[in-house]
Order: sequence, then C-alpha cells, then structure tokens
Amino acid sequence: MTTATQPAASRPGAPAAPAIRVQGVEKSFKDLQVLKAVDFDVAKGSIFALLGSNGAGKTTLVNILSTLMKSDAGTATVEGFDVADSPGDVRRSISLTGQFAAVDEVLTGRENLVLVARLRHQKDPGRIADDLLARFSLTDAGDRRAATYSGGMRRRLDIAMSLIGDPPVVFLDEPTTGLDPQARIEVWQTVKALADGGTTVLLTTQYLDEAEQLADRIAILHEGVIIRNGTLAELKRLLPAAKVEYVEKQPSLEEVFLALVGEPAQAGEPAASVPTAPAAPSTKESR
Amino acid sequence: MTTHVLSDTRVLTARSLTHIVRSPDTIITTAVTPIALMLLFVYVFGGAIQTGGTESYIDYMLPGILLITIASGVAYTAYRLFLDLQGGIFQRFQSMPIARSSVLWGHVLTSLVANLVSVAIVVGVAFIMGFRTGASVGAWLAVIGILVLFTLALTWIAVIAGLSAKTVDGASAFSYPLIFLPFISSAFVPTDSMPGPVAWFAENQPVTSIVDTTRALFAGQPVGTDIWVALAWLVGIMAVAFVLAMRIYRRKAA
Ligand SMILES: Nc1ncnc2c1ncn2[C@@H]1O[C@H](COP(=O)(O)OP(=O)(O)O)[C@@H](O)[C@H]1O
Ligand SMILES: [Mg+2]
Repeated sequence: MTTATQPAASRPGAPAAPAIRVQGVEKSFKDLQVLKAVDFDVAKGSIFALLGSNGAGKTTLVNILSTLMKSDAGTATVEGFDVADSPGDVRRSISLTGQFAAVDEVLTGRENLVLVARLRHQKDPGRIADDLLARFSLTDAGDRRAATYSGGMRRRLDIAMSLIGDPPVVFLDEPTTGLDPQARIEVWQTVKALADGGTTVLLTTQYLDEAEQLADRIAILHEGVIIRNGTLAELKRLLPAAKVEYVEKQPSLEEVFLALVGEPAQAGEPAASVPTAPAAPSTKESR
Repeated sequence: MTTHVLSDTRVLTARSLTHIVRSPDTIITTAVTPIALMLLFVYVFGGAIQTGGTESYIDYMLPGILLITIASGVAYTAYRLFLDLQGGIFQRFQSMPIARSSVLWGHVLTSLVANLVSVAIVVGVAFIMGFRTGASVGAWLAVIGILVLFTLALTWIAVIAGLSAKTVDGASAFSYPLIFLPFISSAFVPTDSMPGPVAWFAENQPVTSIVDTTRALFAGQPVGTDIWVALAWLVGIMAVAFVLAMRIYRRKAA
C-alpha cells in the first residue's frame, strides 16, 4: 500500500545509508496499542516530518528513537546504531528537544548552556554558551533565570541546548506547539539552517503547514501505522486534481490529511469524497 | 559504560548545589524545626525529664535532634528529584551521552552537603544553648561518619520516594515516619521509662543504637557494642535502599 516509491530526498553528496531506519516498531501501554508496525527511513541531512493528531504516538516513537523507551517489537537504528543494543552510541549521535521545554528554570540561560556543554565534554563551555546565546537572540537574557523567559525564549534556549556538540541527528517533538507566530517562524528558520548544515532533523507536528513549510518528506502516523509517507508533492497527488473552474487550486496538505484520516478503512485508495475547493485559505508561504 | 562518571557527577552536583544556594530557605527550614524542638525540650519539658544520667538535658537530646534534622532534610532531595522528573530536564539528561548513575549521584551528594550544613547550624545553636562535649578529634570524626552514613541511607530512601512519587506531596511524605522514629527511641527519654511493647520496639529499632553511640562519643565514653549495631543498621538500610532505588531508576530509564 505504500506510495513511497521514490528514493528519499537526499542532499547532494549525502551517503545513501539512512540516518534513521525504523522497521516494524510496535509499542503498547497495557491494553493500548499505540504503535502497531511503524516503518520509515529518514535520509541523511533531510528534514522528516512525522505528522499526527494528538495521541497518535509521535512522542512515543521519538522516545523510542532517543533511547528513553524500549519498543515491544521491531528495530530502529540511528546513524547505523541500534537503539536497543547500542543506546550509548545513539545518545552520542542525537539530541532530543522534547515536547515540553527541558530547561533548568533555576539556572540562567547561559548556565543552562554551560551545563549541557560540560555534560557533553566540550572544550570551551563558556564560549559555546555565548555563541549560542548570540545565535538565538538570547544574549541580553543570558544572565536571567530561565524561569523569567517567555515561551518562545524558553523554546529557543531548549533548542540551543540541544545543538551543543553538533549531534548529526536532531529530534524535535512538537517544537512550535504553544508558540506565537513570530516565535514559530524563528524556530522554522533554525530548523532549516540545521538541515542546510547537514544535520538530519526528525520533527513531529500536529500542524500541517509546519510540515508543508519545512519537511523534505512527510509521514502521516495514524492509528499506530504510517498511512502515508512521501514528499509534499507526492502526498498532494494522492487526491484527484482540483477541478478547474475559474481558478485552479491544488489541494492543501490539510485536505489530504483530513481525507486520509477521515477514511481509514480505505487507506489504500485515495479518499472518494474530497472537497474540490479548499475549505480554508491556504497558509502556504514561499520558502 | 562511559568513563565520565566522576566528571558528570561533579557537574550535576554543582548544578544541584546551585539550586540550594539560590533557595537557601530549604536549609533554613530544615534547621528551624529541630531548633524549635530543642528549645521546647530544653526550656519547657527538659526540667521534668529524668534521664538518669549526670549530663545536662541538651547533651542528652542533641543526637536525636541531629537525626531529626537529617530525616526532614532528605525530604528536599526527594522533592528536587521529583521536580527534575516532572520538568523534563531528567529526560534531557537521559537522552544525552552521560553516565546514567551520575544523575542520581548528583542529587545524593547535594543531599549530603545540604544536610551537613543544616546539622552544623543546629550544632551551633546547641552550643549557644549550653551543649558541651569532651569529644576528642577522633570521636568527632566518628560522629561525623555516623551522620554521613545516616544521611546517605535516608537519602537513598528519598531517591526511591522521589522516583516513584506521583505528586509533590507524595514525594516528601515518606519523611514523616522517619522524623517520628527518634521519638520512639532513646533520643528524648530512656527506653526503660516506656511501657513494655513500646520499650521493646524502641530498644530494637535503629535510631536507639545510633543515638546511644553518638551520645557516648560526645560524652567521651566508650561506645561498647552499640556502634556495631548502629553501623550494621546504617549499612544495611543504605544497601537495601540503594539497590531498590537503582532498580526503580533503571526501570524508569528504560
Ligand atoms: N507512559 C505511558 N503510559 C500509558 N499510556 C501512555 C504513555 N505514554 C503515552 N501514552 C498514551 O499513548 C498514546 C500516544 O501518546 P503520545 O505518543 O504522547 O502521542 P502524541 O505525542 O502523538 O500526542 C496516548 O493515548 C497516550 O495517552
Ligand atoms: Mg506528543
């Protein structure tokens, strides 16, 4: 049933081996089967968006990939290391920015960065902290306790802490949930800059426009399986072309998503009842 | 495993100590209750209590007061650990290439430092209130050693509580019975003044041997076999609590 026949979007010069490979991963909490059989690859240096509604299992999957949780079945590798067999190597290759900002509120922004730099055994923690404060527009707030930060500042600090040591793979779990539009755009710019620098990014999101904006590939996680995995263009092709009336309008990812999620029984076929005109104005911006 | 256990532990202990330096009220609060108890017992009840010895009552009761100080102080360790778990910073540490046990040892060493500071404050106040000791340097070191062991044993119990608590209140509730134990021991009144079953419990629970040993050390008297009973209790409790805490921690981390 997979429609992902094209090779993953890889950047020029990137090796062919995927940065992340997930095969048949299952996870249950007591009677609740959250992940049924999840499969996907993420190409090195690409941005991969895992799209799913609240409770779809995105965080569970990210926790498995970042060695915080063990899967019940299946295998997952990050940079070639099995998350169950070589968690130490995986931890050296990744950073996790969890769904809720994981900063030390008692410490200042700068102290938070120095703390992580020390724990990652970096040479010059103070300089690394100052560089990151500047890069994330936090220099002025650097000596204030993180408890006084706004949501956007806290998220920026959180992501900055994750980038210390330049891990080749970065997990961002709902990085913009709860942020105002301005802060969201700042996070998007950071994510794009990371991928431009060769970092592999796996982000989860409930926001379709976020996946549309950022991702080289998008996978839709629904009821424990990846129901679709492809580039934005591929996903859009799943729906019948928009009917030409006065203006041609491509279906937005939102329509694709709602059509797919609304018709799980016919997951193998493009949904039949697709609106021919967008229900909401497109939020697509130019990249 | 990694070779960074020591440096990671040092970094995480420094972090946790910063928390205490920024909210020193946790140390003050820890010291205030035992000081109040000391005032109450010495100036209100003390005159009516017959200890059967020649020492002043404050000399008699200080060992028990110090144990109460530590028993209430370790509640903050459980509290800080619980907050780390809630706040997500624990998950961040777990996903980083740092020595796993360092996260716990950072809290444990911080607990040791914080409690020894609280104990020092209480001992200082006791001196002002008339506490006197003929203890030699060796006896002082032995007292400190016993208090360190007591703090570590209770701290590992606090780690269990902090790791398994569901609420903030739950994280510190374990300390109430620990604070209460010295009252049913030889800490404030001789156990032979208690009714049968209570006296039996008091004589055989760990606090009595620890209190009797510490009291003898402060008084410059021989400790007899009490010190071995006390050490057996302390090492035993610490070992069991450590193993349990590590087991819960590994399950949490998996
Ligand atoms: N530790 C857990 N114990 C029990 N159920 C859990 C646990 N973690 C997540 N769940 C459940 O698994 C489902 C997926 O959760 P999650 O992975 O957080 O979803 P998402 O991140 O996509 O919102 C939810 O129904 C959630 O309640
Ligand atoms: Mg989530």
